[in-house]
Amino acid sequence: MNEKREQNILDAATLTADEALIPQADWMERSGVLQKLRKNKKFPTIWCSGCGIGVVMGALIRAIDHLGLKSDDVALVAGIGCTARMPVYLDFNTLHTTHGRALAFATGLKIARPDMKVIAIMGDGDALAIGGNHFIHAARRNIGITALVVNNATYGMTGGQYSPTTPVGRRATTAPYGNVEPPFPVCDLAIAAGASYVARSTVYHALELDKFLAEAIAKDGFSLVEAVSYCHTTYGRLNKLGTAADMMRALKDNSIAKNAYDKLSDEQKASNSKIVRGNFVNKDRSEYTGIYQNLIANVRGD
Amino acid sequence: MAVKLMQGNEAIAIGAVAAGCRFYAGYPITPSTEVAEVLSRELPRVGGKFIQMEDEIASMAAIIGARVGGLKSMTATSGPGFSLMQENLGYACLAEIPCVVVDVQRLGPSTGQPTAASQGDIMQARWGTHGDHPIIALSPTSVRQAFDLTVKAFDFSEKYRTPVLLMTDEIIGHMREPVELPDFATITTFQQSVTEAPAAYKAFRNTPEGVPPMAPFGVGYRYHITGLLHDEVGFPTQRLDEIDPWLERVNTKLDQYSEDIVMVEEDYQPGARLALLSYGCSARTARHALKAARAQGKKVSMLTLQTIWPFPEKQVEALGEQVDKIIVPEMNLGQLALEVERMVGRKKVRRVTRANGEMATPQMVLAALEE
Ligand SMILES: Cc1ncc(C[n+]2csc(CCOP(=O)(O)OP(=O)(O)O)c2C)c(N)n1
Ligand code: SF4
Ligand SMILES: [Mg+2]
Repeated sequence: MNEKREQNILDAATLTADEALIPQADWMERSGVLQKLRKNKKFPTIWCSGCGIGVVMGALIRAIDHLGLKSDDVALVAGIGCTARMPVYLDFNTLHTTHGRALAFATGLKIARPDMKVIAIMGDGDALAIGGNHFIHAARRNIGITALVVNNATYGMTGGQYSPTTPVGRRATTAPYGNVEPPFPVCDLAIAAGASYVARSTVYHALELDKFLAEAIAKDGFSLVEAVSYCHTTYGRLNKLGTAADMMRALKDNSIAKNAYDKLSDEQKASNSKIVRGNFVNKDRSEYTGIYQNLIANVRGD
Repeated sequence: MAVKLMQGNEAIAIGAVAAGCRFYAGYPITPSTEVAEVLSRELPRVGGKFIQMEDEIASMAAIIGARVGGLKSMTATSGPGFSLMQENLGYACLAEIPCVVVDVQRLGPSTGQPTAASQGDIMQARWGTHGDHPIIALSPTSVRQAFDLTVKAFDFSEKYRTPVLLMTDEIIGHMREPVELPDFATITTFQQSVTEAPAAYKAFRNTPEGVPPMAPFGVGYRYHITGLLHDEVGFPTQRLDEIDPWLERVNTKLDQYSEDIVMVEEDYQPGARLALLSYGCSARTARHALKAARAQGKKVSMLTLQTIWPFPEKQVEALGEQVDKIIVPEMNLGQLALEVERMVGRKKVRRVTRANGEMATPQMVLAALEE
């Protein structure tokens, strides 16, 4: 691979060479998954041009490809929202459910098929407002599902209302005088609830997303990847944040890698307003379906 | 099998296992909790799985997810939980996912009276989720029938790819009766099987039979399931030429099978001009009254419905042609009576209603017969 390109990728992602999953030059040709996008029927996507959700979709495909998973063994379960439309474009077992309930559907599916990789794809409203209870309970059970939350700090699909991750003071169609509710720290919530793997990056740092998603999907227990994105057409316009490119650039400028953050002094940390990107938790805890399988074996005296 | 003293809720749980149920998700609520308790014990014994979810919304979602993964699934609840299940119940109707939902009815609305019986969710069973949709609802009158109809519920849900509601009540659910259960080896329920190759498979094909076969996830049929209106392969669509045939199929798919689905018990007397029509626990009151009336030399017919939805229109209409008056006792303010009135006209229907947690008495029914 072109060395300059590789260096650019590493700089952008603040990763070292051995940390990043640098795609091989022939990745596109090799990837069976990409070739099997449901392109004939479904493309172009419903997303506004410039939306960050597509970047997350790319990262997800690359992560699955990197792990060499068979498409038949992967299930994508989504709720409702712009983000939750992602599965329809991808050639896996795809279940588009009701708003907020992706993790509850995914729980049933994972219990029925513990051998499958089940990935729940949700927006911030989907995962944390209407679905907040399912989110903490899935993490508490440590069931082997990967939660992929695309956090654009708004309800994109319904036109830019404030969400549980909208920062205080930001405008939304339902917060014309500025949002007065403090936001959820998504990763902290998952950590407190017991998730086995928790990481955050942004759609500007696509390669970091690849890596975190691959690690999360490979993990046995409950994993969360928060992909910070933006919605330029609703939230961005209401808050005068510029074009999609401007908002993408802001993710670069207003985020800091965990390695760098960890080196800050306590005062600097306290006043930090940047998004911290990194892997916050990666621990081994017994996974729910495995525990239940043991219970069955014990009850039956196998 | 030996005669056993068994509770209605226990019979439902055991019936589910006998019918091949291998996944249960639920949230505790009186008077349905025994179903969950028995299944938490019994399912692992047969390799099945039980989970107590965080609420009824999640329970309904989980049983759909598990069925998509290939396990026959069930949940049980009562009024407040049944209300919470409605959105995902509609999802199962639209996405054509087989599953069984037990509602052990208690007095409502709201928290109402948790330990008091009711038949107050009969109309909710039909129209509780938004939008037009097909639904099957069955209602047992005894503990043994609770077992049998649970088996039927699984059979119908698989055969017709639709959720089936078992609308029982606190009385049948908590009552203990001696029952002799059939040999489980003789119990069979419909098995979904897909013969088409994955490339040719259309999960929502508009076949003349109305019910396309359903493939589980993870066996090579990588398809899309959605609660949006969709085309034959499952992709969301707004094209009327794709939506219309599909809507037509889904909303009429049960019609051609009403012979199979509609189950009633006709205890008719030749020449009777009076009839009783009932279901669930109220049918027991009605049967008492029937016996007493006949002992007095009165000619009275009785129609007991095991299938509530789709409503047994043909049978009720035919009964209406034979008699002058149909008495409909039920533990609500006259919900199913509305359907009877629709079939035979209001003038022929006499409601006997009680919605305070107490059963209507045989005397109340007899008095209605006297009028
Ligand atoms: C029960 C229910 N309530 C409300 C809605 C309307 N609704 C659809 S998407 C959505 C919010 C989407 O926001 P988010 O989950 O953040 O996804 P995004 O569109 O931003 O990706 C809402 C409120 C719904 N579909 N169902
Ligand atoms: S509305 Fe916002 S979140 Fe939705 S597709 Fe458009 S830019 Fe993306
Ligand atoms: Mg959002």
